[in-house]
Amino acid sequence: MSKKELLLGNFAVARGAYEAGATVATAYPGTPSTEITEYIAQYDKINSEWSTNEKVALEVAIGASIAGSRSIVSMKHVGLNVAADPFMTVTYTGVNSGLVIAVADDPSMHSSQNEQDTRYFGMAGKCPVLEPSNSQECKDYTKMAFEISEKFDTPVILRLTTRISHSQSIVSLEDRITDEEIISRPYDKNPDKYISAPANARKRRVIIEERLGKLQEFTNNPENNLINVEYNDKAIGIITSGASYQYAKEVCPNASFFKLGMVYPLPKEAITEFVNNCDKVYVIEELEPIFEKEIKSWGLYVIGKEIFPTIGELSPEIIRTCLKEAGELESKSLVTYEVQEDLPVRPPVLCPGCHHRGPFYILKKLKLNVSGDIGCYTLGGVPPLSAIDTTICMGASIGMAHGFEMAKGKEFAKKSVAVIGDSTFWHSGVTGLIDIVYNKGNSTVIVLDNSITAMTGHQENPSTGKTLKGDMAPQIDFVALGKAIGIKRVVEVDAYDLEKLEEVIKTEVNAEEPSLIITKRPCILIKGVKFEYKDLQVNSEKCNGCKLCLRIGCPAISFNNETKKAEINKSLCVGCGLCVDVCKRSAIELKEKKD
Amino acid sequence: MNILIAAVGGQGAVLASKVLGKLAQNIGKDVKVSEVHGMSQRGGSVVAHVKFGDKIYSPVVERGSADIVLAFELLEGARYVDYLKENGILISNTQKINPMPVIIGAVDYPEDIKQKMAEKNINTKFVDALDLAKESGNIKTVNTVLIGLLAKNSPIAKEEWVKAIKETVPERFLDVNLKAFEMGYNLN
Ligand code: SF4
Ligand code: SF4
Repeated sequence: MSKKELLLGNFAVARGAYEAGATVATAYPGTPSTEITEYIAQYDKINSEWSTNEKVALEVAIGASIAGSRSIVSMKHVGLNVAADPFMTVTYTGVNSGLVIAVADDPSMHSSQNEQDTRYFGMAGKCPVLEPSNSQECKDYTKMAFEISEKFDTPVILRLTTRISHSQSIVSLEDRITDEEIISRPYDKNPDKYISAPANARKRRVIIEERLGKLQEFTNNPENNLINVEYNDKAIGIITSGASYQYAKEVCPNASFFKLGMVYPLPKEAITEFVNNCDKVYVIEELEPIFEKEIKSWGLYVIGKEIFPTIGELSPEIIRTCLKEAGELESKSLVTYEVQEDLPVRPPVLCPGCHHRGPFYILKKLKLNVSGDIGCYTLGGVPPLSAIDTTICMGASIGMAHGFEMAKGKEFAKKSVAVIGDSTFWHSGVTGLIDIVYNKGNSTVIVLDNSITAMTGHQENPSTGKTLKGDMAPQIDFVALGKAIGIKRVVEVDAYDLEKLEEVIKTEVNAEEPSLIITKRPCILIKGVKFEYKDLQVNSEKCNGCKLCLRIGCPAISFNNETKKAEINKSLCVGCGLCVDVCKRSAIELKEKKD
Repeated sequence: MNILIAAVGGQGAVLASKVLGKLAQNIGKDVKVSEVHGMSQRGGSVVAHVKFGDKIYSPVVERGSADIVLAFELLEGARYVDYLKENGILISNTQKINPMPVIIGAVDYPEDIKQKMAEKNINTKFVDALDLAKESGNIKTVNTVLIGLLAKNSPIAKEEWVKAIKETVPERFLDVNLKAFEMGYNLN
């Protein structure tokens, strides 16, 4: 088969895992890596799951590798922080069947809380890192990563970035390998290797250094297809990788190029030869100056972050401007049209009918100090809801609420709550909650349970009742869990019942012991979720233009500055009825109520 | 050919970029499509870049280099009009969707977008795609109406566009989408 298809980078990674004969795939969803595992789930031959977090996902994949399956685990850059503990030791133990860790960085933070360069993790763990520059390479490098993993007895990081993960380009498809010996190896019962206790680990430590040397030799050899050297005009040479290669190639089609496929460790001899063959060499890399520093440490002269930015994604435009300013390119001024400088921004917002809106409206109204978390509900931090004060990382809200109390005492705890989503709670909130109970804290924790991992585009999790493959699964019960760890005050409340919500939150923050509140309503984007109302409209006789209904920040309600009345946009309103409850003048009416 | 699609999350920009990708592949071109996922359901501003030709390197359209900016909403058209190359065409829906800062009354929706574009001699084609989508029978075909108008302004044969739509749109929505495409195509 040699079919060509236009594939998303993430899909090409999934395809690569399939063709390479992988039989196990794990992940915790995180933009921009999520689709890798969603696509893998479509292959019946790969046993795949959403794990509760990235640490667990990596541990499952390590187990599968030792047991004899080619395994791939996928996550976003911050996910590798969570999985750093097993990662830093699996580089010692090595693998049995190939183990590939696909990590997607998000330069420019399109959908992330920070900007990290995963190549540093490769260096920290002395683990090889491959970086593709288009979808074809996403597939090819995934397959190579499995081979390198087995050949050198090491996990391999496949580093992606948003532009590579979320761009489509043409890929030739091949068949899945049929070699049974590769697909399924025997379990590797080898305690000296896999028990990373001091005596064993000290021996493995030496092996890691030897392995790094061998990997360097391997990547230096052009036959291994991990470097791509194109000599054109030798006046300018460019050393680059990944998306930056594509941008630079577009801007400087006539320059000489050294493209790295393995971005750690670096092929020293081959790079040295390239630098010596060109008059002037630029290093173009997104985020950190990793190649640049290493190459300079060899005593070679190259130019990098002196002219290119460290912050954010690169683009052809940025590279063009930087090279122009360095006097390297003829100026080619592109005409750009502009309509108006200060156009209103359009940030993402909670969907019309989103059940997080009720709790946030009440938290704002009660003027509480709110530690928030990662998920759609982070959007509750923007006006008009402006209901949360902090977001650090997955699960942080709960520990931070306890920290508020440690710092300021019980009375302050009575003015504070933590809010967290269901998936985030399973990911890493539960340990924080146990900490509160054990250390006799008083915090109130609100779980906004919408029974799905919504922000990343609807993935299953332990509250969903379904697995990644769509099979039925146990639904883990928050109430039972809260009680089991010793919380006496566990309350479930309907997220749309504003009156009840207010009462419950007021009571629980004032209680002299920890409370767990669960606001339950499935995400409105889940198929089959129904609403109470239909055809709501503002009665202009009753509406006095008080703008109270605008405070819930529903995109379907706006204010007409001419009539000085609120208006409901019928094509956006889903009929959740929240605004009906908020309006004190009962001005929002329905034409018809469904039964 | 460089095309930038500018839309509001939930308007179907991803499907439109898929149709364009399919089209380019069918006519034997190298093609790259790039979009930012994640927040797209949540009403934020979204863009997709589509590039095709003999050999494509960068998956992103550079500012000042788009042959066409296809805007699904007027304000988004104004926001990304700087991607147009000299004499490029802005094809824009005239529908207005208020962003949150406008909804809460912090700022006004600029009322003179069309006029300003005319003053700057920008090549524009406007259409009330929401209206036509309603007429086609499904309000969600705004994207296909706009693709119709894009097709009319492209050098690529109509049959190729129809073929790409047939290969991309799910069976049960095909008829209504083909109807919407025709409506867009038959505009002036
Ligand atoms: S809350 Fe009621 S009265 Fe006030 S603006 Fe909204 S609809 Fe009108
Ligand atoms: S019922 Fe009110 S709050 Fe709910 S979606 Fe419609 S306008 Fe928004």
